[in-house]
Amino acid sequence: MALSRLASSSSGSNLLRPFASALSLTPSLRRPISSAADDSTTLTIETSLPFTSHNCEPPSRTLETTPKELMTFFRDMALMRRMEIAADSLYKAKLIRGFCHLYDGQEAVAIGMEAAITKKDCIITAYRDHCTFLGRGGTLLQVFAELMGRQAGSSKGKGGSMHFYKKDAGFYGGHGIVGAQIPLGCGLAFGQKYSKDETVTFALYGDGAANQGQLFEALNISALWDLPAILVCENNHYGMGTAEWRAAKSPAYYKRGDYVPGLKVDGMDVFAVKQACKFAKEHALKNGPIILEMDTYRYHGHSMSDPGSTYRTRDEISGVRQERDPIDRIRKLIFAHDLANEKDLKDIEKEVRKEVDEAIAQAKESPMPEPSELFTNIYVKGYGTESFGPDRKEIRTVLP
Amino acid sequence: MAAVSQCFGAAAALSVSSVNSRKLHLPSRRSLPGRKASFFVVRSDAGVSSGSNSKPRRADQLITNAVATKADGAAASTTSKPGHELLLFEALREGLEEEMARDPTVCVMGEDVGHYGGSYKVTKGLADKYGDLRVLDTPIAENSFTGMGIGAAMTGLRPIIEGMNMGFLLLAFNQISNNCGMLHYTSGGQFKIPVVIRGPGGVGRQLGAEHSQRLESYFQSIPGIQMVACSTPYNAKGLMKAAIRSDNPVILFEHVLLYNLKERIPDEEYVCNLEEAEMVRPGEHVTILTYSRMRYHVMQAAKTLVNKGYDPEVIDIRSLKPFDLHTIGNSVKKTHRVLIVEECMRTGGIGASLTAAITENFHDYLDAPIMCLSSQDVPTPYAATLEEVTVVQPAQIVTAVEKLCQ
Repeated sequence: MALSRLASSSSGSNLLRPFASALSLTPSLRRPISSAADDSTTLTIETSLPFTSHNCEPPSRTLETTPKELMTFFRDMALMRRMEIAADSLYKAKLIRGFCHLYDGQEAVAIGMEAAITKKDCIITAYRDHCTFLGRGGTLLQVFAELMGRQAGSSKGKGGSMHFYKKDAGFYGGHGIVGAQIPLGCGLAFGQKYSKDETVTFALYGDGAANQGQLFEALNISALWDLPAILVCENNHYGMGTAEWRAAKSPAYYKRGDYVPGLKVDGMDVFAVKQACKFAKEHALKNGPIILEMDTYRYHGHSMSDPGSTYRTRDEISGVRQERDPIDRIRKLIFAHDLANEKDLKDIEKEVRKEVDEAIAQAKESPMPEPSELFTNIYVKGYGTESFGPDRKEIRTVLP
Repeated sequence: MAAVSQCFGAAAALSVSSVNSRKLHLPSRRSLPGRKASFFVVRSDAGVSSGSNSKPRRADQLITNAVATKADGAAASTTSKPGHELLLFEALREGLEEEMARDPTVCVMGEDVGHYGGSYKVTKGLADKYGDLRVLDTPIAENSFTGMGIGAAMTGLRPIIEGMNMGFLLLAFNQISNNCGMLHYTSGGQFKIPVVIRGPGGVGRQLGAEHSQRLESYFQSIPGIQMVACSTPYNAKGLMKAAIRSDNPVILFEHVLLYNLKERIPDEEYVCNLEEAEMVRPGEHVTILTYSRMRYHVMQAAKTLVNKGYDPEVIDIRSLKPFDLHTIGNSVKKTHRVLIVEECMRTGGIGASLTAAITENFHDYLDAPIMCLSSQDVPTPYAATLEEVTVVQPAQIVTAVEKLCQ
């Protein structure tokens, strides 16, 4: 059983790693929350673990942040957590149907990544995409409306949980077939290199997808052509019901790139994620692809139809929640630096909850798509039943 | 897991009550597989038959085989055994288990089939019983493990390859087309590939575009393979067993929404014929050809049609490649009107091929052009209202029959 094997190791990659407290070099003065969220003071923080690297020099584990950033991280992650829990309830109330893969527990990856990059950089991920979409600038209304199949949804209700996209913010989805987004991501990087954008692509995938052949094909090509592609393995240790050690001969996903450098990151520590993504972006722009392995965990099962407890123990889940929860980590940091107190954070959570509830109410009012929407957007121009002249400008005839 | 489809109305999850067993006076070259118990009850108010018959079938109508099965002598005693009730996924499991017990070279491979028990519980408990090697949990690498299954088959094993969803098998298309389908031919007959490739497909309950695919239309051109679609617990078990025993590669199409159908099936062993269609409801006015989930939409429409005075003959074609043109042809010769109801896309679907085949062979017997109702040529949308319009609904079937019978 994976659990016992990992628990017996005393240090290193262990699911239940105790939280390493952050160093604080600023004087601990009690500040009210409004002035705590300022940009001017810098706090120096250490990530929970040093980075482990493969074929490259790891970045430093010490980094700087501001109180504002800390508070923003807290709020954003609380929002994501709240959104996913609300989606859980909506699914059980049968307002969301089909597949619904929830991201709670993994918020730090989405938030940390966003903090390190711009909206011109591209992100592409698989089906666990609600929070990534939100991080890229999607609104709660768009999320809930899409989940409920309404017109106000990001894909007009036609995509569903696994198909969120936001082109203007560089979010390329939202893909249901495991691993298929990785070659797409490398293609995005190719486009960026071609246009000399000086931007990068983060192609996210899971530990289950790490065994797909197309990953290695895309990696080879990216390395060959020096594409600014960053492959991020969100390793939550379970590919649906199969633990990583039962699916992969080498679960050290950051090393699987062989000739491609890799970095192992504590995916539950938002600052580690941010530092790693910053490092990866600089690396990819100069040297081509790099693999980031985010050691993270999902509290829910694989999807809403998976209880999540047949292949792992409840103790493991609650253990990780106690020891490594990303929001709790930020909470402790906030307390350690006296940026806010318990009540302030509770207020933020209440505010967030209200925001989510309002978005759900609004989404419920959005109508279902019109029947004619069934036939829109299959082709770019028309329904493919029109025959154009060679310059494709005027319609010649309509085909039966 | 797949939820029980609500749209079956009264038929949903009801166990068997009576049977429909009208004799067919057709010059069939062999007897049709009668069914001991019918899942769906159709009241014969149209007055064609002499009421429901409690004696389910003639002895020689019993087990038609792809390969020789034992216990043909048990035919006479089937009427006394009540059988047992189970759900479709349990029927699949039963067939699988019986074949695994019977033949040690039968093994299963797929994602989460072992310890997890299968994402639709078809292989639940098998790993505990038969071990990790015979019920193999693969990594998420469809192309490779399909290929490996085919390679293992070349050495004499009989693997059953499960795609967690049919749509994932698109990743393995090359293996299925080139290696699975063609190796027997290109090797001059040296290698046989007795694999069974199975998995749930079809439009489910708002699963999204990529998980609602119907691959029968993509696979139908591959030479060298056989395709069957199961629709009831009875034929699911029978087809599973037949597919495993067949020396040819067989693709068994299951449907996500049909896994929780309940039916009473015989206790004794039986195998269905892979190439044979199933007469669901004999009739006189129009032949309705269908398969998989659409069978239930058709039967629901049939209720309405019978009330309106029509007498549709409903045939579940079951064998998608090759088509059972004997059963179909006999039916066309009787009714002279054909309606095909399928879940495939309009373009290049099973219906399209079937239309061509019937027109080619039975053109003279048709009084009207063949009508084919298929799904719309669109990626399946997520929104419930749109998804409903994507597939054929019973009301459309009724309208089509009325139009056809004018």
